[in-house]
Amino acid sequence: MELVCPAGNLPALKAAVDNGANAVYIGFRDDTNARHFAGLNFGDKQIREGLRYAHAHNVKVFVAINTYAQPNGWERWSAAVDRAADLGVDAMIAADMGVLDYAANTHPQLNLHLSVQGSATNPAAINFMHRQFGIKRVVVPRVLSLAQVGQLIEHCDVPVEIFGFGSLCVMVEGRCLLSSYATGQSPNTFGACSPATHVEWIDTATGQDTRLGGVLLERRGHGEPAGYPTICKGRYQVEGKLRYAIEEPTSLNTMDILPEILASGVSAIKIEGRQRSTRYVTQVTRVWREAIDTCQRDPQGFRPRDSWREALAQVSEGTQTTLGPYHRQWH
Amino acid sequence: MQAQHTPNQRPRLSLGPLLYHWPREQVMDFYAAMLETPVTTIYLGETICSKRRLLRPEDYWELAERVAAAGKEPVISTLALIESDGELKTLKRLCSDRRFLVEANDLGALEYLDGHPFVAGHSINLYNDRTLAFLARHGLKRWVLPVELGRDTARALIETRPEGVECELFAFGRLPLAYSARCFTAYNRDLAKDDCQFCCIDYPDGLTIDTQEGQPFLTLNGIQTQSASTHTLLGALDEVTALGVDLLRISPQSHHTAEIIAVFDACLRGAMSQTEGLARLREYAPAGLCDGYWTGAAGYAGSASIAVPGPA
Repeated sequence: MELVCPAGNLPALKAAVDNGANAVYIGFRDDTNARHFAGLNFGDKQIREGLRYAHAHNVKVFVAINTYAQPNGWERWSAAVDRAADLGVDAMIAADMGVLDYAANTHPQLNLHLSVQGSATNPAAINFMHRQFGIKRVVVPRVLSLAQVGQLIEHCDVPVEIFGFGSLCVMVEGRCLLSSYATGQSPNTFGACSPATHVEWIDTATGQDTRLGGVLLERRGHGEPAGYPTICKGRYQVEGKLRYAIEEPTSLNTMDILPEILASGVSAIKIEGRQRSTRYVTQVTRVWREAIDTCQRDPQGFRPRDSWREALAQVSEGTQTTLGPYHRQWH
Repeated sequence: MQAQHTPNQRPRLSLGPLLYHWPREQVMDFYAAMLETPVTTIYLGETICSKRRLLRPEDYWELAERVAAAGKEPVISTLALIESDGELKTLKRLCSDRRFLVEANDLGALEYLDGHPFVAGHSINLYNDRTLAFLARHGLKRWVLPVELGRDTARALIETRPEGVECELFAFGRLPLAYSARCFTAYNRDLAKDDCQFCCIDYPDGLTIDTQEGQPFLTLNGIQTQSASTHTLLGALDEVTALGVDLLRISPQSHHTAEIIAVFDACLRGAMSQTEGLARLREYAPAGLCDGYWTGAAGYAGSASIAVPGPA
């Protein structure tokens, strides 16, 4: 099982390589990828250096071109595909059928992975994308229980990658428009959920209000912890009660079920967080490398070590973690 | 079914699939009433939750026969999120029936429909002309524009669309915004999804939730999240007609659907002013109207064309 780690810049890429990633995924500096944040991502010079460094250590580099092109920006996406192919990346991660069609026809030698943003959650969807575009891997959305992941692996012809750690999307990736409903910009169209320019933190007499596109997502008292505001983790009035109506501010951590993940035949496990710091990439990659190696040596006796938990907790957003959809009770 | 449009021909009206869970009798009465309305196309089928089985595929096919007998076009709509083997089997059955056009709402449907005529629903991510041309090679006859896309993209896609492929817009209803593994209706009733007790039947128009300052914001409908505000393109009818849009979709709600269709029909025929039409629609939209996506703004925003007219 491959460990696939995020990098938003060259130091993070090197940190992932140094700490045991099997592959690192990155993006270009524009809206062609789903972490389109100011100051983040790679120019050609950084990518060439990153590729050289990673390949010298026998680590692969994947480029995410995983947002949806609209007619007025198509050239940006096709040019990004050409760049990825010319740079000699190990795979391109894409979601848009038009982008995949272009890549498969123009650069048949380029390995294609179907992005989580491609929203393929069943064998029929995956087999269709495989037949049409020759995808060599699928990253599945965070909606399936681990039992369902296992069945999927049995019934489809494509190796499966799952998310193991990091921010938790509650909605099927690629089919969530909550961000654009409040801001006009979504992961699909803009490459970001809750774009920072639309977020307001407003101090009040009783604490702090957080707004997105003017909509009040959270009203906190003094001292209550504040995570980055997304609509799915806001607190709302539901039939007279104040509650986290969609999901609590929590992040994904699947380490407790690592033996089951290995046994299910998952080909790769992905760490979320291209927008996170080099320190995050370092810590998370090191802990997960050690955990996977330990688990592979003795799956039956595997128990996450306290030192791993502490190291991950230091870099987690918020303190709560969940197994999310992998655990049926979450549904 | 018209395969080609001539510029400035008025769009036809369609009735989207019923997104909520209603008692069987209410569903039957609803469609009986809809047969009397001026919609030319009716989408039938469960698109949200496979546990809702008050109507089976056989029931939808029977309804489709009645729709066809009434001189309208029936389309069988399929589930938007396919996870389980059982869901996949039902999808395959619906797609294998060649009597009626099928609306694909998950990529999985494309595998079964490949080469046969189909409609791509708004949850199929068709964002550019390359995707449009690709799907047309696989049997696409019509696509419903993803709801977050606006007029600029609609125009560009319509200008370059392959011959015979129709464009449909989501023109009235709470916006379908997201899908999840979690059932939010059950979650907010503190029920597990596997023991949901079909509690969504208590919310014939979904469960609307408000922000902490009392602004209606979202509507929870099982695994789907919708807007609380009602999206409408009534204020953009002239623009939509000029673009050559073929169909305008009205999404069913538990009250006034026939009246809403009548408003659109009258405005399209020029028998009612858009100002009057919008005044009526406001009465049928408890959390207000929005149309922001159409102009490239936030989805919940309202453009000047749907604003309440100020004092003269």
